[in-house]
Amino acid sequence: MQPDDLILRLQQKDEKAFEQLYSMYSESIFGVINSVLHNTEASEEVLQDVFIKVWDNCASYSSNKGRFFTWLLNIARNAAIDKTRSKSFKNQKKNLTQEYFVDILENKTSFSSKVDAIGIKKYIKKLGEDCKNVIHLLFFKGYTQKEASEELDIPLGTIKTRNRLCINKLRAILVN
Amino acid sequence: MDIQEYIESGILELYVYGALTPQESEEVSKVLKQYPEVQQEVEQIEAALQQLATAAAPYNPEEMLAAIKAKLLNSKGVVQLQPAAANKRTRLLSFISVAASVIFLIGIFILLNRTNNLRDELKVVQIENTKLESKLQYSEEALTESKEILAVIRDPQVTKVPLAGQQVAPDAYVTVFWNKENNKAYIDALGLPEPPEGMVYQVWSLTLDPLTPTSMGLLDNFSEDENKIFTLENPNESQAFGITLEPAGGSATPTMEQLYTLGVIENNA
Repeated sequence: MQPDDLILRLQQKDEKAFEQLYSMYSESIFGVINSVLHNTEASEEVLQDVFIKVWDNCASYSSNKGRFFTWLLNIARNAAIDKTRSKSFKNQKKNLTQEYFVDILENKTSFSSKVDAIGIKKYIKKLGEDCKNVIHLLFFKGYTQKEASEELDIPLGTIKTRNRLCINKLRAILVN
Repeated sequence: MDIQEYIESGILELYVYGALTPQESEEVSKVLKQYPEVQQEVEQIEAALQQLATAAAPYNPEEMLAAIKAKLLNSKGVVQLQPAAANKRTRLLSFISVAASVIFLIGIFILLNRTNNLRDELKVVQIENTKLESKLQYSEEALTESKEILAVIRDPQVTKVPLAGQQVAPDAYVTVFWNKENNKAYIDALGLPEPPEGMVYQVWSLTLDPLTPTSMGLLDNFSEDENKIFTLENPNESQAFGITLEPAGGSATPTMEQLYTLGVIENNA
């Protein structure tokens, strides 16, 4: 459930509401940022910037436009991608792999209590290349269908349904 | 609308990703509020994606909240306003300081200019002053001389002897003021013509019986002397004075052919 009352209180600059929303969304947003940057220190900086923007610009969110999570996602991806373009980041970053989130999840040993660690590990193992790429581009990098279609050389009409299948597998593992 | 088909199309996943256009997203938002099963589907997609993303986080960043809140406090209100106000003040200050510098420089320039002018004026005044001083000195000397002459003429001890022009110079005249007390004779030679080059006037004291001339001296620097009054020693018992033109340096005896003026002392003063 989207916490609409907390979001409303955030928009009235309620610090308690901000704290609660932070604890609800910060870890997943941190993960999104880290999936783009693959660098803990840089991700920490960006996460701070993102939540400062959330506080400053919360008035611009409306449930008529989309999900609060989606709104956060957009801010986080833009900030992380901006970071990849910064000189300091380019200098320290070398081997760029396509599927950051997959690498991260494969190498990770400890997960927070919010995560079904075993389920996620199982999911990553089962996941085909197409799903890894589609999720990486559409979810973590914020590509449009058209951009993803061009990048992966998959017909535009297939992107939406293929992605649905990829997410369905994830949901199936997490529910069981 | 076939809700199941709508859900199966995969549009809701894209909606949560933020991969739809703003218009498409608004459409989905409307459907979502209208159909609880769509709402539920979106919640489940979102929960799965959140979990996937959470798994990719390096750690749970709850500790970072304090740092973020500290930055929020800095960025809201007071601290944010201060730099703006300070900026305004700084800009005003720098404007004032630039203006002050310009005025200061102009002031210095004017002062330098005025100083130069004053220095030039001072030079002119100093030159004029020197001129005036020398004029004054000259005037004082002239005045002293005139006073001396006046004193000589008025002195009751002084005998005034007019010498009349002789054959070679009938228009010439000289007056001798003779003070017997201090044996000084003042020769007023304004009535003598300029002596020719290499010649000089010589003044003689004469006794008449027998005629005996005694040289009293030369009228040296005749041309340069402006008032033509010469002072000579005369300790003689003179009965007459004569002036002759002699070669430079003077002569032992007067050349009588060149006698310019001659005057006898009247009675026996």
